[in-house]
Amino acid sequence: MFFPISGVHLDPIYLILIGFVIGILGGFFGVGGSFLTAPALFAAGLPMNYVVGTDLAHIVGKSIVAARTHRVLGNIDLKLAAIMVIGTIVGSETGVQAIEVLKKGAHVESVVGTVSIVVFTGIAIFCASESWMALRLSQRTDQQPELAHNRKQDVTAIDALAKAFQRLKLPPRVSLPHSGIESISFWAILFVSFIGGIFSGFLGGGAGYIRMPSMVYLLGIPTHIAVGTDLFEIIISASYGTVRHAMNGNVDILIALVMQTGAALGARIGANLTQYFTGPRIRLAFAPLPLLGAIVIAQRLFTDHHS
Amino acid sequence: MNVTKRTLLNLIIEVAIYGALVSVYLVLVLHFLVDWLKGLSAKDPAVYAWVAILLMIAQAVGLERLASSLVQVTRRRR
Repeated sequence: MFFPISGVHLDPIYLILIGFVIGILGGFFGVGGSFLTAPALFAAGLPMNYVVGTDLAHIVGKSIVAARTHRVLGNIDLKLAAIMVIGTIVGSETGVQAIEVLKKGAHVESVVGTVSIVVFTGIAIFCASESWMALRLSQRTDQQPELAHNRKQDVTAIDALAKAFQRLKLPPRVSLPHSGIESISFWAILFVSFIGGIFSGFLGGGAGYIRMPSMVYLLGIPTHIAVGTDLFEIIISASYGTVRHAMNGNVDILIALVMQTGAALGARIGANLTQYFTGPRIRLAFAPLPLLGAIVIAQRLFTDHHS
Repeated sequence: MNVTKRTLLNLIIEVAIYGALVSVYLVLVLHFLVDWLKGLSAKDPAVYAWVAILLMIAQAVGLERLASSLVQVTRRRR
């Protein structure tokens, strides 16, 4: 099928299938899925400038569908999302500007790439080991009948970081009753979203694979609410990115709409599936995703190095 | 019918209705708006940017609401 805006021929079934797979992952884990979509679109023959913008456009639609389902399931903390949006947009702009400044120096791609690989691999290993320990821990609590049927009752094996962040005395402090947090510094939330935004600006995409575990391990947000809230936040940050890229002629909305046909269905299925899994199981299944991101970056670095 | 089976059946009906609506929407956009969107992207990128985001939101929000209403109608009939 010919797409006249970007001037490329792409198989619509391939686009719908990519959308469907990414939709399920996005709805289930609260990620945009750029680390899979971008190489898949590029491999199909879409020019790189269109890859980034078009991917963001399809993320908007898919995240709306998934976030609406998560809202029905009570998985979105609107207050938390509103604060995080500020940090994400500021962080994203900082990341974009920083990369422009760093580009003037030598080897910026390899430095940023290597740091990202180390961070992503670290997150994957940490998530896998922590969720494995949490699952063993929750086997004991499962014996208590009042907890056994509540899948949203989250158990984390390592909560020292979250407790340290919640103890931070810096005012103003906000309460997040929906997430079960009595009081936390506004700046702690802003810091976590800012770091996620910087990664988003550096690497493109929504950086949900940084933000979702950060919300769980640093802020102490239950996994289901972290997934839903992250998706809600992605709608706003990806919309902002889509408009910016479209103004620069980097969005083929027809490709995004074809992908969205599969993604909308996948996102609905993925979001609904979360109600059948406990927090530690979602995190254990999530662990390979940052690792995939690291492999994609390593492959890109290797290709650039040899071209 | 137990709760799990009923939930699964509801999800399948929901996804089927939504899938049909999304496909119709895509066919309509591809049939009627391709040339206009191509011209707009070249001539007026700012307007194109807002139209692009509105098309995505319309698909995600509008069709989702329509699908939910249709699902409720089918539930009442069952």
